[in-house]
Amino acid sequence: MSKTDVSRRGLLKTGAVAGTGLALPTIFTAQSAAAFTNDPTGGTVTLGFNVPQTGPYADEGADELRAFELAVEHLNGGGDGGMLSTFSSKALEGNGILGKKVEFVTGDTQTKSDAARASAKSMIEKDGAIMISGGSSSGVAVAVQGLCQEAGVIFMAGLTHSNDTTGKDKKANGFRHFFNAYMSAAALAPVLKNLYGDDRKAYHLTADYTWGWTQEESIKAATEALGWETVNTVKTPLAATDFSSYIAPVLNSGADVLVLNHYGGNMVNSLTNAVQFGLRDKVVNGKNFEIVVPLYSRLMAKGAGENVKGIHGSTNWHWSLRDEGSQAFVRSFGTKYGFPPSQAAHTCYVQTLLYADAVARAGSFNPCAVAEALEGFEFDGLGNGKTLYRADDHQCFKDVLVVRGKENPTSEFDLLEVVEVTPAEQVTYAPDHPMFAGGQLGSCNPGA
Amino acid sequence: MDAFLLQILNGLDKGSAYALIALGLTLIFGTLGVVNFAHGALFMIGAFCAVTLQKIFNISFETIDATQTDFLGNPLKVKTTYLEHWLGADLGGLIINWSVPLAILFAIPIMICFGFIMERGLIKHFYKRPHADQILVTFGLAIVLQEVVKYFYGANPIPTPAPDALNGVANIGALIGMDIIYPVWRIVYFFFACLIIAGVFAFLQFTTFGMVVRAGMADRETVGLLGINIDRRFTIMFGIAAAVAGLAGVMYTPINSPNYHMGMDFLVLSFVVVVVGGMGSLPGAVLAGFVLGILESFASMEWAINLIPGINQIIIYLVAIIILLVRPRGLMGRKGVMED
Repeated sequence: MSKTDVSRRGLLKTGAVAGTGLALPTIFTAQSAAAFTNDPTGGTVTLGFNVPQTGPYADEGADELRAFELAVEHLNGGGDGGMLSTFSSKALEGNGILGKKVEFVTGDTQTKSDAARASAKSMIEKDGAIMISGGSSSGVAVAVQGLCQEAGVIFMAGLTHSNDTTGKDKKANGFRHFFNAYMSAAALAPVLKNLYGDDRKAYHLTADYTWGWTQEESIKAATEALGWETVNTVKTPLAATDFSSYIAPVLNSGADVLVLNHYGGNMVNSLTNAVQFGLRDKVVNGKNFEIVVPLYSRLMAKGAGENVKGIHGSTNWHWSLRDEGSQAFVRSFGTKYGFPPSQAAHTCYVQTLLYADAVARAGSFNPCAVAEALEGFEFDGLGNGKTLYRADDHQCFKDVLVVRGKENPTSEFDLLEVVEVTPAEQVTYAPDHPMFAGGQLGSCNPGA
Repeated sequence: MDAFLLQILNGLDKGSAYALIALGLTLIFGTLGVVNFAHGALFMIGAFCAVTLQKIFNISFETIDATQTDFLGNPLKVKTTYLEHWLGADLGGLIINWSVPLAILFAIPIMICFGFIMERGLIKHFYKRPHADQILVTFGLAIVLQEVVKYFYGANPIPTPAPDALNGVANIGALIGMDIIYPVWRIVYFFFACLIIAGVFAFLQFTTFGMVVRAGMADRETVGLLGINIDRRFTIMFGIAAAVAGLAGVMYTPINSPNYHMGMDFLVLSFVVVVVGGMGSLPGAVLAGFVLGILESFASMEWAINLIPGINQIIIYLVAIIILLVRPRGLMGRKGVMED
């Protein structure tokens, strides 16, 4: 006869094991049954801000992070609300997103594609980020956008200006508010024609990577359409610091315009070198020699100091704009941090609001519902006038600013002045434009 | 022809910076036997001495100008520097304008002290360690230094212009009946580099101190047996090498706005220069600096890029490979250096 001893301890142990065993499938079922990646089930929702916190664009990244923090504060009902009060959509109520308090985590892109992907992956997998935003480089944007597409989260691009981001590398889960190289060229060309005429010879120095190539292609096409001749296009290494040996041949090339398709440190150095070589005081073909910097950044312009004076370029947004949205943002940002925001900060702030608004309008955090809400969305009051998030390629279409380095700045922030606001219609292109060909948007991936 | 001469000038100018940094590197390697990967950081620290002096000169007080407004619509705070307030706008403005040349005086003691502290505090503990350890510790130090600079000065370049009087261009081709314009400050930089190089060579060649150092470089042990404290002299040489790199950095600031990463930009190139010149050879470092500078400039010309696409990006490394294959000890390297 056997006797079975059932102790209290043994019973508890067995119960615990059985309970865990029964519960495990439920946990897995709950996870796998979720309709999309990182469905926020608690009282909070986490956004991931992936910005360059180290490396050459760290200052720009810091400004992006300030803007993200401000946007989160406003979404949660803090501060003065910033652009929430001027935004044409009234779906956001200052109580988080769909009633969930907004929290955020940050990653460091280091302006390196692999590092940016790793930090975005960590924020999605470990921190449960449901949306990724930020960045200061097209290479990084394209890489992170691809990752977000695979992971099933929305990517709201930060500062990325290459045509490829919403061209051959576009993705259904990715959205860009910032303008692109084609738009810069389309906005600048008429201004350049008015200023310098239609009989010019241009020499291009171009940063040798995706953004530089598309910038050169766009400006070249736009200026040649004006009647300008392209004398030469020279690719310069991204790591170059002294551009004197590239500037010297310009002097004897017969060109009377130098186009610097450079950004960041490259732009600061190439522009400084060009001015040092007296290009701006030169007369060629009976005309004053001119320099054009297609993509301007106030933070970078500061590095070039006096050399930016009188140099024309384009920008996505500038703090001196007088519309209600821009003023509200500048007031919020300036009061909190003591200086005006950069264009990188502006686009990151706006992208966060646009994401939150899309969720609110869709009534869901499901990336596919959010994407649907953003596609074809028309809005106003966010600093760029009437804007359309085109469904075909997830690119925003809005006015583009042509700016010039200010001759007599009144402060360290007062470096650029807006000379022309080019209307959105003038910078709009067909979705199948050859410069944007080669990629497919594909279908939205909700993940999970 | 004009373009050809212009690229020679560019090459000499680039070579000036390479030669100055490589000279300091070789001094340290030749005397202490240390492969100093923090030497580029010393160049960067020198540049930031100029930035710091410019910031000191621009320390100012604020007054309210009610007629203008700032970006928030508040009355504008106008800054006036103390220098201009105390010395008048003309003299104060002149001193501020000449901050880069004046920074030479500011940087020399700072860089020598920095070199002493670096050598006594860190490098001396690695004299008997393998070169790999020295490379690791000095490279780590370089990263620490650049992050410290970034913390205090930010990541963006900081404009540090040359004095107005030296800011334009000069038609140096007029001397030979040609039209070759070249930035005045770059000409200044070239002659400054020549002066420093000549000064270092004269110091080593014509002073007793220099004679002892050269003897120590050739045979450290024998010089020690003669009762001479060679270590102390080598420490001083480390300080001098740091000062040479620092001065190269100070004078470079008007050419390219300094940023925290500028040392790293020059570091690898400078090591290539040292290796091509011959490890431990001071004339070799200077010669290789100028030769590689000129070759790099020519490789950026249109015909060169058309002939071999991408040559502008690889020329220095290509030449280094060829020279090391043909002359394994570099252009002027001595037998026995790094050959144990």
